[in-house]
Amino acid sequence: MLVFERARIVQGDFSMAADFAVPEGARVAVIGPSGAGKSTLLAAVAGFIPLTEGRILWEGQNLAPLAPGARPLSILFQDQNLFPHLTVLQNVGLGLRPDLRLDREQQAQVAAALERVGLDGLGARRPAQLSGGQQGRVALARALLRARPLLLLDEPFAALGPALKAEMLDLVAEIAAETASTVLMVSHEPADARRFAPLSVLVADGRAEPPLPTGALLDNPPPALAAYLGQ
Amino acid sequence: MADRAVALSGRFGTALGLAVAGLVLCLTLGTLAAVAWRAEAASGLGPADWAAVRFTLLQAALSATISVVLAVPVARAFARRRFRGRSVLIALLGAPFILPVIVAVLGLLAVFGRSGLLNDALRAVGLPEVSIYGLQGVLVAHVFFNLPLATRLILQGWAAIPAERFRLAASLGLGAGEVGRFLERPMLRAVLPGAWVAVFVVCLTSFAVALTLGGGPAATTVELAIYQAFRFDFDLSRAALLAAVQFALCLAAGGLAARVARPAGFGAGLDRPADRWDGASGWLKAQDVGVIALVSVFLLLPLALVLLRGVPQVGALPGSVWAAAVRSVAVALASTALCVALALPLAIAATGRGGRWIEAAGMLGLATSSLVLGTGLFLLLRPWVRPGDLALPVTVLVNAVMALPFVLRALLPALRDLQAGYGRLSASLGLQGFARLRLLTLPRLRAPLGFGAGLAAALSMGDLGVIALFADQGTETLPLQLYRLMGAYRMDDAAGAAVLLLGLSLGLFWVFDRGGRGHAGL
Repeated sequence: MLVFERARIVQGDFSMAADFAVPEGARVAVIGPSGAGKSTLLAAVAGFIPLTEGRILWEGQNLAPLAPGARPLSILFQDQNLFPHLTVLQNVGLGLRPDLRLDREQQAQVAAALERVGLDGLGARRPAQLSGGQQGRVALARALLRARPLLLLDEPFAALGPALKAEMLDLVAEIAAETASTVLMVSHEPADARRFAPLSVLVADGRAEPPLPTGALLDNPPPALAAYLGQ
Repeated sequence: MADRAVALSGRFGTALGLAVAGLVLCLTLGTLAAVAWRAEAASGLGPADWAAVRFTLLQAALSATISVVLAVPVARAFARRRFRGRSVLIALLGAPFILPVIVAVLGLLAVFGRSGLLNDALRAVGLPEVSIYGLQGVLVAHVFFNLPLATRLILQGWAAIPAERFRLAASLGLGAGEVGRFLERPMLRAVLPGAWVAVFVVCLTSFAVALTLGGGPAATTVELAIYQAFRFDFDLSRAALLAAVQFALCLAAGGLAARVARPAGFGAGLDRPADRWDGASGWLKAQDVGVIALVSVFLLLPLALVLLRGVPQVGALPGSVWAAAVRSVAVALASTALCVALALPLAIAATGRGGRWIEAAGMLGLATSSLVLGTGLFLLLRPWVRPGDLALPVTVLVNAVMALPFVLRALLPALRDLQAGYGRLSASLGLQGFARLRLLTLPRLRAPLGFGAGLAAALSMGDLGVIALFADQGTETLPLQLYRLMGAYRMDDAAGAAVLLLGLSLGLFWVFDRGGRGHAGL
């Protein structure tokens, strides 16, 4: 279980509070107006932004003392998910060993992960030689190998077209199910949230609300969400 | 965002950076302490020393003023005109930085010297000759080196005016005069002081020019006086006192440079290429063409003359020149390796916490003169070694410290970009320590590392500074050998050696810079 315990983030005149729990294995969309703090919430979990007050706990363990790389999670950013000077194999291999000294078995694991996301044979390419969707798959293959129990998606597929984005979200859902991961996904698109996430957290007016069923929330939005959705 | 979690340097990296910063501090301020301790024994500055201080300030102020005043029309011409070869010419304006001073001096002698082109022409029409020696010679050489620098600095100011402002000016029907008044003059007011101080600082510590074209009671700089006290009189107390004076001058100038306002902001433009509608008149066009042509001749003619005279001589150079060339290349390579080894940990640590101080320590080379460093090192090491034995190792060390600021400046922006672009990704993957250096930092920094190493190699190759203090028979570098050939009036050999030196300096820069860019991964 991921628990936000009276967590508070203050940056200049921006402030956000979160006090709720996300059940293990849940897929949760983080929705709300631009600038409300959706990415900030994920950055706090990932360890890039310190909490001003409160704690974030995973399985009862306080995450605060852990460096970003040591936290039980993988994160996919909006962009810059791959190192452009490394090959696909190397980018994925970083998920197993950050110094890339892979033994034979680990190399086989990397190949298997690439095959799982549909990229077998493309290991020698560099990111610039891949399409946007393929780049997303490389990052997913790496997350698959890292096998951390928590997966954070900060709109990594925002630049993709609707059909491709749906395809990628289905792939994420499959992988999350296989690895029994808990997923937090920032989204701008109500349709994506409905498709992917049974639960949604609304971030608005300086608060991240406890997760509610996505369909009910979108069908009967509170005023802040209604304004954002244009209803 | 002060994002400690994604800082580039781990604890080990920070410690290493601090150690390097400490080493640089010891080398600069520590040698100064040695100098100051020794200087106490001296009786104070004599009239000749005061004359040297006055001359140093006078020539630096005049050099800076002339360079900047001349650079304004040149930069305006480059800013207003688009022509084939423009970018090549602007790139060439950066070349004097890695041009060995002694080669340029030889070229200037070929134009302005006693039997140079200018005096030949003056004699032919029965006018009195002019002398390149003394204040005017120092000024000509300093303007030769710093007019391009000032032009580039001022041109940056022009480039910083958003293209949209010029479009707005054109739509309002403003002519060249109004554009000058409303756009260019405010920009110049912000940019010129910085350019002036930059040139002033460079000229304050310039040694080779004063050594070759200055001298005598009327045209001795403090640097030259240190050299003479050390080399001719072996009066260490006086050399130390002068070194302390020189350091005080540099410190004051450095403080001045830090205080001078940064160029004022013109607001954000949308980075359109700046089309210009003012200055379309024939008279302005002729003026710009004339200015660019004149500057090109002033900068290129001396070098062309050196090449013309020297190229045929290279094959016939005596063995001592070749030996000096080998020595110089070895010194340059060693000093480049040392400089990069110092710069990399320093730059990485400088992007972390307390980075400003670490960066400032690395920049100390800018405010020190190589002769002060050399004198200090000599005073510290004198009980144990002969100066002749020190010549090459000290030159390697001093050249590395002097090149450090420029290599740092090449690395820091790239490192900051790296941190902004990939800091979070590396942190989230736990990529740190040597793995990070090997997989991320070095590959992504190839280009600036190559460029920085090229600068360090070329600067060391062409340096005629601290080596002049120590060298005896058998430890001359190529620039020093060239200087001695000039002193012996063996001008053909000198021209040949100059071509060799020029080729080696530019060649070293090219090889390193090219190596950095070669098949860089995207």
